[in-house]
Amino acid sequence: MNPFAYARAIDAGDAVRRGAAQGARYLGGGTNLVDLMRETIERPSSLIDVTGLSSAIEERPDGAILIGAAARNTAVAEHRAVRTRYPLLSRAIVAGASAQIRNMATVGGNLLQRTRCVYFYDDDGSRCNKRSPGQGCDAIEGFNRMHAILGASASCVATHPSDMCVALAALEAVVHLRGAGGERSLRLTELHRLPGAQPQLETTLEAGELITAVELPPLGFATRSTYRKVRDRSSYAFALVSVAAAIELEGDTVRDVRLALGGVAPKPWRARKAEQALKGRAATQESFRAAADAELADAAPLVHNAFKVELTRRTIAAVLTELVEEKH
Amino acid sequence: MSIIVNGSPVQAPEDSRVSLLDLLRERLHLSGVKKGCNQGACGACTVLVDGERILSCLALAVQYEGRSITSIEGLSREGELHALQRAFIEHDGFQCGYCTPGQICSAIGMSAELDRGVPSYVTADLASEHIQASRDELTERMSGNLCRCGAYNGIVEAIQETCTGGAR
Repeated sequence: MNPFAYARAIDAGDAVRRGAAQGARYLGGGTNLVDLMRETIERPSSLIDVTGLSSAIEERPDGAILIGAAARNTAVAEHRAVRTRYPLLSRAIVAGASAQIRNMATVGGNLLQRTRCVYFYDDDGSRCNKRSPGQGCDAIEGFNRMHAILGASASCVATHPSDMCVALAALEAVVHLRGAGGERSLRLTELHRLPGAQPQLETTLEAGELITAVELPPLGFATRSTYRKVRDRSSYAFALVSVAAAIELEGDTVRDVRLALGGVAPKPWRARKAEQALKGRAATQESFRAAADAELADAAPLVHNAFKVELTRRTIAAVLTELVEEKH
Repeated sequence: MSIIVNGSPVQAPEDSRVSLLDLLRERLHLSGVKKGCNQGACGACTVLVDGERILSCLALAVQYEGRSITSIEGLSREGELHALQRAFIEHDGFQCGYCTPGQICSAIGMSAELDRGVPSYVTADLASEHIQASRDELTERMSGNLCRCGAYNGIVEAIQETCTGGAR
């Protein structure tokens, strides 16, 4: 690990002032950043510890929930209002990592965690455009079973590893930011970039901008929602495919639906084409599979991950079926 | 400010790169805390921070100033083993023993999580305040602690004996 200066931010303003320095990075629980620093893939000159900033989880009068970016993953998953009003978010969080890591990891850090592509991590032995822009990508012709089938490019096929973000994408969560120029907010689905020709640019954050909170907008029908993660072992593994879904029924018809996918794309993947294909349709297996087909029409599988296309189709149908059969 | 380790104040390291794991093992000689993978994949380095289980390998020691750390060495009272330590012995919850301190610290943290109703991936009813400490719940909640000897049956039995969960 390279040497770095360490400072604790006393408030968001202090953090942003310190974060403006060349080579500065914000530090949450450290579960990803410390590991990457040990591998010298990340080499910050200073770390600004923001775990002392707001970790409050507040229920707003309009029904929204505001989560301070320093809230630990466990705190969000166990929060009563999250568990009962946004079950897909609780389930997505507890599907991720291990309990020890969820106790450490912050919400802000979860959003900004980096891919677990093994070629990205293999600094000594592999080429990676994300780690070393312009170098080439050894995953495209390599062992790419875990990699993306949607949204990838000729430069990068890495997936975004977060479970929590998949639920947040489905919920249309809003990310609150503070930077040198003041405060702004954007939707979670606008936070992460697709790789294109510049996979090293992973988010739309400005230099030194700090995530201060994540807001869950009111969504009544999210009480009928869940998250399912398909992986190589039943726990403590990254997703091959995951699905976050919420559905609103009117009789046997889909009145509204939210759908997002994990493990298949470079960013938390909001499945808008599938959503469009479902709205107003009968809540049947046929509609669910047709909606999945609409989303997966653009899928571009690699040598070792073609199985993900069918796995995604089946998981979408299974999750929607489970939700429709749920008693409410 | 200092870090409290098993009840005693300890100076945080000057070098900000020192992990909590290395502080405990290499500087304080608390060799019960184990370095397995050193990258957050095995759970051998699990310790309790203010009662919550974390991975000391991914923790920078400087971040834990003002916090209270308990390692396996801090669990016994006046020479008397913690109930879970005794249960591990009785149920053969180990072979080589390398993962055991992490397993035990993790299970103590897990028990507290279960008591306050933290859900897991296998919890059917998220609205429930009382989660039964079933075998499925325990194995899911302990999935962050690997045992390469495969002593899982004994580990689960030892934990089941001492951890009755939120339904007690």
